Amino acid sequence: MTVKQTLRAGLSVVGLMLAGGLAYAAGQYGPGASDTEIKIGNTMPYSGPASSYGVLGKVDAAYFATINQQGGINGRKISFISKDDSYSPPKTVELVRQMVEQDQVLFMYHTLGTPPNMAIHGYLNDNKVPQLFVATGADQWNDPKHFPWTMMWLPSYGTESRIYASYILKNLPDAKIAVLYQNDDYGKDYLNGLRAGLGDKAAKMIVATQSYETTDPTVDSQVVALQASGANVLLTAAIPKFAAQTIRKVYDIGWKPTHFLNSVGNSVGTVMKPAGLEKGVGIISATFFKDPTDPQWQNTPEYKEWLDFMKTHGLSANVTDAQTVVAYSNVQTMVTVLKASGNNLTRENIMKQAASLHNLTLPMLLPGITLNTSADDFSPIKQMQLQKFDGTTWQLFGDVVSASGS
Amino acid sequence: MHLFLQQIFSGLAAGAVYASLALALVMIYRATDLVNFAQGEMAMFSTYIAWMLVNADVPFWAAFALTLVVSFVGGMLIERVVIRPVENAPVLATVVVTIGLLLIFNASAGWLFSYTLQEFPSPFPDRPLFGALMTSRDLGVIAVTLVMLGLLFVFFRYTTIGLAMRAAAQNPASARLCGIRVGRMLAIGWGLAAAIGATAGIMVAPILFLDPNMMGGVLLYAFTGALLGGITSPVGAVIGGLIVGVTENLVGTYLIASQLKLTVALILIIVVLVFRPHGLFGTAIVRRV
Amino acid sequence: MNDGAAAFATEKLAVGGAAGWRFAAWRRLGIAAAIMLAAALPFALSNYHVFELTLVMIYAVAVLGLNILTGYNGQISLGHGGFFAAGAYTAAILMHRYGVPYWATLPAAAMVGFALGVLFGLPALRFEGPYLALVTLAMAVATPQTLKYFSWTGGQQGIHLAKVMPPSGVPIDRDRWLYFFVLVVLLIAIRVAANMLNGRTGRAWMAIRDHSIAAAAMGIHTARYKTLAFGTSTLFTAVAGALSAIVVGFVAPESFSLFLSLSFLVGSAVGGIATIGGAVIGGFFIEFVPNFANDISDAAPWAIYGLAMLLFMYAMPRGVVGSLVPLAVWLRERTMRGTAATEISSNRTSEK
Repeated sequence: MTVKQTLRAGLSVVGLMLAGGLAYAAGQYGPGASDTEIKIGNTMPYSGPASSYGVLGKVDAAYFATINQQGGINGRKISFISKDDSYSPPKTVELVRQMVEQDQVLFMYHTLGTPPNMAIHGYLNDNKVPQLFVATGADQWNDPKHFPWTMMWLPSYGTESRIYASYILKNLPDAKIAVLYQNDDYGKDYLNGLRAGLGDKAAKMIVATQSYETTDPTVDSQVVALQASGANVLLTAAIPKFAAQTIRKVYDIGWKPTHFLNSVGNSVGTVMKPAGLEKGVGIISATFFKDPTDPQWQNTPEYKEWLDFMKTHGLSANVTDAQTVVAYSNVQTMVTVLKASGNNLTRENIMKQAASLHNLTLPMLLPGITLNTSADDFSPIKQMQLQKFDGTTWQLFGDVVSASGS
Repeated sequence: MHLFLQQIFSGLAAGAVYASLALALVMIYRATDLVNFAQGEMAMFSTYIAWMLVNADVPFWAAFALTLVVSFVGGMLIERVVIRPVENAPVLATVVVTIGLLLIFNASAGWLFSYTLQEFPSPFPDRPLFGALMTSRDLGVIAVTLVMLGLLFVFFRYTTIGLAMRAAAQNPASARLCGIRVGRMLAIGWGLAAAIGATAGIMVAPILFLDPNMMGGVLLYAFTGALLGGITSPVGAVIGGLIVGVTENLVGTYLIASQLKLTVALILIIVVLVFRPHGLFGTAIVRRV
Repeated sequence: MNDGAAAFATEKLAVGGAAGWRFAAWRRLGIAAAIMLAAALPFALSNYHVFELTLVMIYAVAVLGLNILTGYNGQISLGHGGFFAAGAYTAAILMHRYGVPYWATLPAAAMVGFALGVLFGLPALRFEGPYLALVTLAMAVATPQTLKYFSWTGGQQGIHLAKVMPPSGVPIDRDRWLYFFVLVVLLIAIRVAANMLNGRTGRAWMAIRDHSIAAAAMGIHTARYKTLAFGTSTLFTAVAGALSAIVVGFVAPESFSLFLSLSFLVGSAVGGIATIGGAVIGGFFIEFVPNFANDISDAAPWAIYGLAMLLFMYAMPRGVVGSLVPLAVWLRERTMRGTAATEISSNRTSEK
């Protein structure tokens, strides 16, 4: 070989090594991630009594499909694996193990329900698999010290009822409060948050509580019993079906308390309208996002973009369902985190990026509400705004407040 | 006192909901000697059919009549196609088939119509009665249930088909020897039960709101009410349903916290059944060797 | 002569001398092969599959309990999910609150299950058919409510259990250790069930199921046996519940819905209601068919599950094992036909 040839050969070898080395450094991957793909796992109740939440998984899948159509995230397509656990914790454990051990997903995202999440958070934390943006507002998911791989997304239910408690203490100091709550962790969190927010006045101010099961056909009996307690303030922590029944019954029996309605059950389309718009006048609630059935948002470009997205993906039947906006905003957060992770798609880095959100705004959240996380704060959304129903729409009032009431 | 009256009245209103579905359960039992676990889901599915018609601007009563016809035919078809193959199999096989039907109807409704809550129009105006103890809508449910009860009673007691159906259920072999087409009776029984269920669903949807899980909880209460009253007696089913509604409300208000009211109510009902093992109005079947 | 020898002798006579002996030997060989396969499998499969098979075996024990009551004794139960929950919570509370080692919770769960079963069995004596179904349904409904109400059951939050580890010095991992633990319990359960069902108790149960008036006329104390059936059945299911608490590591009221009770009934029917082997088939059905349905359709997985139930009932109304019984009888007759003729002729020659 001539000197020139040797030199050329040597340079190409060096060049190849450099290129190879760069390519290696270009992508750090945990299981389920590669140059072309990111695998994400999810469980949702697509069947059974909690199946009304299944639409959240469908919104997630649709949004990831949209992102894939636009070229993916940093050139990688998202494989979103979502399975039905029917809200049964043993099934959730099984499916999560399948997705982590067999399908080798990079992390679990948006798993729904407190009991299902409780069943898996030990396993996921032990195996250092991120459990991101869980679809439940229970207070316990913000615990980075004990569960550094689990992060919530929704403002916690306790946060919301503490906001109501602050309002009551300030504006209704002689209140006698009755509480109607769903008999599970979600409902109880509201009750406990209210108690915590009222502090030492709780025992005196809360005069009656009634609960219901999701299998109960009606809640009329509970509402009647609450009225009999002589309360003049009512907090309803109920899902849409029972919230609508409650609003209607309260009106029908001629009871006129100051009525606080939880954010889960305040959608204009699925709650206020079925209950009867005139029956809900004066009800106070809190929210952190734009209700798609509320006329005040329906001319904004963000709403139109969301509506277009829903229609394109066969979800037109669900446009009255407010929780689809929640899912939409949640999955946008997930995409933001993935984009920020760049080529370092290890589980540690994904967790790190998720814990580094700083004043992130999303199109369908209320103006003024931002997402913030840090190494010891795993609750991205801590703010809500109070609103009052005027018979047609929810009128926001006051400022955006966080749980401490500031 | 006012609380007591209110609980009784809302108990009656809820009880009427249970009673209307209980009538469908009794119908199936009298016609075919088995309990149909899918009755509630069939009723819910029929209600969705009515909902589609109403949304297509069909006037309410026309939609109601059309749904009844469709449900009747649908019920007959289900008997012929789904139940017939396991007719001669052990009873448990039929029970499993009805459980399978329950799942299929529930999942199909969710898939076709989504799980979002829907409103359903009521033919009755929404006015408070008796000083806000009950609304005219609730009274409407009670009225329609009583009308259905009357029709069923007349059907079984005074019509030839009703008699033929009772014979076919009690002793198919002898009934065949008398010239009764047992297969046809079974199919008609299922059809009628489906139509009754559809009526129940349509009456109930304005109150409970329409979603695929609307009848899930109701089925349990209806089952309890039907058995309490006597699974072979339509009158018993209605009275049983009303008693279940009222008992549950009173137990929840006066006896124990609302979390345990269903449990306690069930225990009370079982205690009653221990003394009357065939229900309050049921007929005891004496088996001689 | 005790029951076992009598039964064995009867079996021999019934299937014709030497041929019967051969058939019984084949059967025994088949069972031994199955056990060896079950013991070897976990070393060929991934951890996740081992976990799935462990769940299958747990459901098999639960369905076996239901088979005893509904299949062999004819009393329908829609409430076995509640007894399963009772066993699971017994184990969970003992382990979590009192630090009882996991294997010691099984006898406790068995006793709780038996006591509850007898408690239910007594009023159940009054009821038949749909009424009995309602009484048992009450158990299924009452269980989640009661669990949520009391705080010593962990209430709403449920109970989280510390991971069960294999004893030190045993060189297999946790999943496989639990697999073998459950396998041993399943084999013991099958043995106990087989002994009871093939003995006097089982025959009394079946007599009551087939014709309770005749059974009473023959001197069988129906009330006692029916209550015993209930207690035994719930004992099995409660032990299965305890196993599930140990293996899954978490119990909550939502884990024990009415649907679980219905699933047991379906598994029982699909496997074969009055069989022991059917319980294992039932366990496979309950565990794998919903997952299979999940893979086929993510829009309506329950519809597929329901459809599977229908198809199984059309094809095999007596369940898988129940439908195989005529096949087994035919096989036995075939082996008998060949040798019986030679036996009769050899007897005749020896009589001379």
